[in-house]
Amino acid sequence: MSVVIIDYGSGNLRSAAKAFEHAVAAAGLDLTVDVTARADDVDRASHVVLPGVGAFADCKQGLEALPGMVDALERAVVRQARPFLGICVGMQLLATTGREHGEHAGLGWIPGEVVALEPADPSLKIPHMGWNELCLKGPSHPVFEGIAAGSHAYFVHSYGYACADPAHVLATVEYGGAVTAVVGRDNMVGTQFHPEKSQATGLRLITNFLTWRP
Amino acid sequence: MLKARIIPCLDVDRGRVVKGVNFVDLVDAGDPVEQARIYDREGADELCFLDITASHEDRDTIFDVVGHTAEQCFMPLTVGGGVRTNDDIRKLLLAGADKVSINTAAVKEPEFVRRAAEKFGSQCIVVSIDAKTAAGGRFEVYTHGGRRATGIDAVDWARRMAEYGSGEILLTSMDRDGTKLGFDIPLTAAVADAVPVPVIASGGVGTLDHLVEGIVEGHASAVLAASIFHFGTYTITQAKAHMKAAGVPIRDDA
Repeated sequence: MSVVIIDYGSGNLRSAAKAFEHAVAAAGLDLTVDVTARADDVDRASHVVLPGVGAFADCKQGLEALPGMVDALERAVVRQARPFLGICVGMQLLATTGREHGEHAGLGWIPGEVVALEPADPSLKIPHMGWNELCLKGPSHPVFEGIAAGSHAYFVHSYGYACADPAHVLATVEYGGAVTAVVGRDNMVGTQFHPEKSQATGLRLITNFLTWRP
Repeated sequence: MLKARIIPCLDVDRGRVVKGVNFVDLVDAGDPVEQARIYDREGADELCFLDITASHEDRDTIFDVVGHTAEQCFMPLTVGGGVRTNDDIRKLLLAGADKVSINTAAVKEPEFVRRAAEKFGSQCIVVSIDAKTAAGGRFEVYTHGGRRATGIDAVDWARRMAEYGSGEILLTSMDRDGTKLGFDIPLTAAVADAVPVPVIASGGVGTLDHLVEGIVEGHASAVLAASIFHFGTYTITQAKAHMKAAGVPIRDDA
């Protein structure tokens, strides 16, 4: 059993890996945490994590530059339905299209578009950076087990996920309007915030993800 | 809604905290990792290390400090001091930092900020600006710990750095730094109102009311303080309670 964190050259994977290692140890889970750029590691993984910081297109290109990686992700996540967590731009890549510096195709697993945040209040800063309160939607998802509505998570982003199907929005935050905080369907979850930087709430979500049986 | 952030900052010299808190339960007051854990436990919103190590051969000590902190504190960690190249940034990020702050190197070569933001993303690039009041109600950028004037207008500079891809501005008043007289509110508001990105107010905090002023009057998104927390004058918990009572939105569920 292994959690793979995909390393496609996007930002700081070390802190994500450390948070997952911490969660695994604290919960006494029989899992190894592997940071990898190899498609065959994804084939063997029990859980797949796609982090990502920076621009949508750069991240997509970085992912496509790894031989066989997008195919391996399709196999593991879409066909074999293994638990998947996308973080920040790794979450945004689930969309059909990203509209950051042009128009770019995403993985298209959760229909929607990634568009610039345009808060109704023009005095609000972009990026949306800092701790914001989660508003949980619909029937509680297993990854929110033990996480109260209104818990804070750490965000830093300038673009947001506009889901085609509102049922795929699992949580929002308020920032001059509702901003998508968590998306999901079936075995896939994506967080716009950084669970690895969100202290107890983030570690709880990571632990929930690792024990989730979709 | 988005909360105002409180960011304690630790000055680190050769891997040791220079001005540390004398917490009773602290085994080693000079250990930055222990200090970081206390701030983490108290609900600090982010953490900042300023590496003031002067000698080149000791500069690698910061990587161990960052690495050990990132293993135990799951909140955003910014590291500044001597960040001059993309390779410096890469090494800090690999050690576990989430953001780096760039000061003198940005003034020397503004394009460095653009390159760094393109390579690593704006979310991890913080441009740190040291400013002093100049004639005519203007503010001037200084480098080298406030000793060297640059002739650059601080508000213009902040705007330019945001354009180049800095995701955040860490603004320190060199007139107020160390005085405990409070933030330079005109400076803070002038910069915060001029840039689209968040501004962290720094320099001069002596009381908890000063933290409130930085947000309410200075329009900063975050407040950074070193000595009031270092010397145990106030805890993060007290600071948050005070700000909340003053009507500042803060995160108190940590």
